[in-house]
Amino acid sequence: MANDFRLPPKPNRTRKRVRNIIIALVLAVIYFWAFSGVIKKIDWSFFGEMGEKFGKVIPRLFDPAWEEFEKVFDLILETIFIAYGGTLIAAVLAVPFGFWAARNMVKSPIWNTLGKWFLILDRTFPELILAILFVISVGPGAFAGMLTIGLTAFGMLGKLYAEVIESIDMKVVEAMEANGANKIQILFYAIFPQVLPEFLSFALYRFEIDIRASTVLGLVGAGGIGTLIVITAANRNWEQLGLIIISIVVVVMIIDFISSKIRKRLV
Amino acid sequence: MKLPNKNKTSENESKIYSVYPKKVKFQISIIFAIVLFWYFYSLRATDADFLELFGDLDVVFGKLIEMFPPDWSYIESAIDPLIETIQIAVVASTFAILICIPMSLLSANTIVKNKFIYQTFRNIMNLLRTMPDILLATIFVSLFGVGIFPGILALTVFSLGLLAKLLSETIETIDTRQLEAIRSTGGNIIQVIWYGVVPQVLPSFISYGLYVFELNVRASLVLGFVGAGGIGSIIDTQLNFMQYQKVMAVLVLLLVAVIIIETLSNMLRRRVV
Repeated sequence: MANDFRLPPKPNRTRKRVRNIIIALVLAVIYFWAFSGVIKKIDWSFFGEMGEKFGKVIPRLFDPAWEEFEKVFDLILETIFIAYGGTLIAAVLAVPFGFWAARNMVKSPIWNTLGKWFLILDRTFPELILAILFVISVGPGAFAGMLTIGLTAFGMLGKLYAEVIESIDMKVVEAMEANGANKIQILFYAIFPQVLPEFLSFALYRFEIDIRASTVLGLVGAGGIGTLIVITAANRNWEQLGLIIISIVVVVMIIDFISSKIRKRLV
Repeated sequence: MKLPNKNKTSENESKIYSVYPKKVKFQISIIFAIVLFWYFYSLRATDADFLELFGDLDVVFGKLIEMFPPDWSYIESAIDPLIETIQIAVVASTFAILICIPMSLLSANTIVKNKFIYQTFRNIMNLLRTMPDILLATIFVSLFGVGIFPGILALTVFSLGLLAKLLSETIETIDTRQLEAIRSTGGNIIQVIWYGVVPQVLPSFISYGLYVFELNVRASLVLGFVGAGGIGSIIDTQLNFMQYQKVMAVLVLLLVAVIIIETLSNMLRRRVV
């Protein structure tokens, strides 16, 4: 009996090791490709001028042009409005799509998967692509930006909503069904009370993201402060750029703070 | 026990009860009114007009049709910038992943006990995250001149804030008993991190890294518009020339690239997590 004592056999690691080596090789190839490509393209001459440029730009960035405050503030306000309107469109639009993509609300699995795919498709669209399409079709301006934000945000919101709906307590729904409630009553008295706080909290979270996203839209003429950022930098008006940086950081921080406070109370 | 007041019950029965208390109803109506008011105000402020949009649908689609058929011959000259975009994204994500490791460790309160240190690092991260990518790109372009170097820097800083926040939150939720066990057997801080933290956070770390890479591929579209390299620059040029069919070809190419990259990274993520 005493001789029977053996250590448990060592697990066969060769497969895992081979897999790790393959992963490492692939990564090495990708990195070699990326870094060699990038290093070739970087124009290293900027190192020589760096000291001079830093001396020119940085002090002026820290000396914001307060006299332009009104102009900057107006555009930031427009940015916030774009984000707000867009998020609201998305938050409303995402409700039906959230129900469509929720496993426990749609009986047919094929139909349900279709809904999920639709939301994935929407999420893959980079917002600048949609912004370009909207600027071309409805004309430049904040309205194009709002539509862009609305259509890009609803993919993510729809997915989050669907996850919330999938996690509700179905016993309440069954109890109401057993009592003879119709679909509308079930929706309003069994499902909405369970999901609304989280819907709102996700919409607020998305609003925080959209504030940042809508600063970019100006690049293609879809309104907001992006246009001013590009023009200011092109004119080398570093004092005004400094003001824009400060205002954006402050506004984003305030909005993030308020929204996270509300979200904490909601959930 | 008191007998129920007959009169009162009959009075109550005639009333229809709502599941929501009156106070909640009142609050919700006020919030709803504020939300709607701001919405209409923002519609006015942005000159939005949905009626006009739906009325002029034929104009809208007419404009969109100008973009078709895409000018496929242009794709050849878009391949190089696309490769540049992906290379920028790879390099920037790598730098961000490397820098975020010490940052997230320093800002997680399970590793660093000193409140002052982790609060400082948290505040730095939060400050980084308030900057939109376009602002970072503009700043770096103005500091380093036009080229892909400022683009890489901008994306690195942009993804660093996000990645460090995600990772430090994950590190804060790990099982601290394992760390204590290693500490109590005499492990130093490096050993605690290597044997206690890394095994617990590695799957989510890889998943976040892939996520940031996807984000960077999308964000690098923005870079080109401010002169920081990548596919955005040719889109910008063609938009200014109103060559919409060429723009459409580039957009389709980019979309295909994004879809391929996201599918690959989703496959990888599913195997890791």
